[in-house]
Amino acid sequence: MFTALIFYMFSAIVVGAGVMVISARNPVNSVLWLILAFFNSAGLFLLLGAEFLAMVLVVVYVGAVAVLFLFVVMMLDINQVQFREGFLQYLPTGALIAVVLLVELLAMVGGWAFAPDVEALIRAPTPTIDQATNIVALGKLIYTNYVYMFQASGLILLVAMIGTILLTHRSRTGVRKQVIADQVARTAKSAVLRKVQSGRGI
Amino acid sequence: MFEIGLSHYLTVAAIIFTLGVFGIFINRKNIIIIMMSIEMMLLAVNLNLVAFSSYLNDLVGQVFAMFIMTVAAAEAAIGLAIVVIFFRNRGTIAVEEVSQLKG
Repeated sequence: MFTALIFYMFSAIVVGAGVMVISARNPVNSVLWLILAFFNSAGLFLLLGAEFLAMVLVVVYVGAVAVLFLFVVMMLDINQVQFREGFLQYLPTGALIAVVLLVELLAMVGGWAFAPDVEALIRAPTPTIDQATNIVALGKLIYTNYVYMFQASGLILLVAMIGTILLTHRSRTGVRKQVIADQVARTAKSAVLRKVQSGRGI
Repeated sequence: MFEIGLSHYLTVAAIIFTLGVFGIFINRKNIIIIMMSIEMMLLAVNLNLVAFSSYLNDLVGQVFAMFIMTVAAAEAAIGLAIVVIFFRNRGTIAVEEVSQLKG
């Protein structure tokens, strides 16, 4: 009963925030609604018993991805009025496709069933809470059976980091920078000594 | 009604996924909102995986959801970097202005 009420609260807020993400006029508001949606999905994850993923959702999505979105939205000087053009033009097609997709998905939700041999197909049974907590069980699984995929996902993050730095880095011309190697390599002969008159400068 | 089963979670995930698709359609001009819609779709998929993992007592679904989160974070970082350099070059991020590849 109480769990059901919590579930309905979380899911209603997720869906409402999702509607606001795609319909808010200001992109900054969209990002803030997205943060609310992520928080409440983390609540849904907690209800499902996936504590580690719930915390990862808060830390990674709210703490990194959403703040990155917020940063980019605020950094770019974008014209908000221009984006609303064509809103009504694409609305009928989008609504039609969305309704068809939703009906198909809900038909699937209403008609599915577990396979008869589903118990035999379980690869990593979840230990009960007195055996291991969620994060311990997940860690034992990631670092043994799925260690190669775990390393590969680390590599994906590394590639993304290098790619992002490479894309956004630019070396500006016309900026005088301190070259420490030149300064260290300077000798008494190559140095230039000048008498500077006080109050005049060079 | 008050007994929360797997179908409830699947329904919520289906609604969020549809909202993501719908958001892509109605915000055709704003690439940042399109990327947020993609994030919402990935979130719906993660919710599906975690729900099945929970109700089947199989932890592999949660491992897979974690990998999806990794890829989603990488995708958001690279996508936003592309948006930033596009804005630096063209002064706009309207999707319809992206026509340099048309030739």
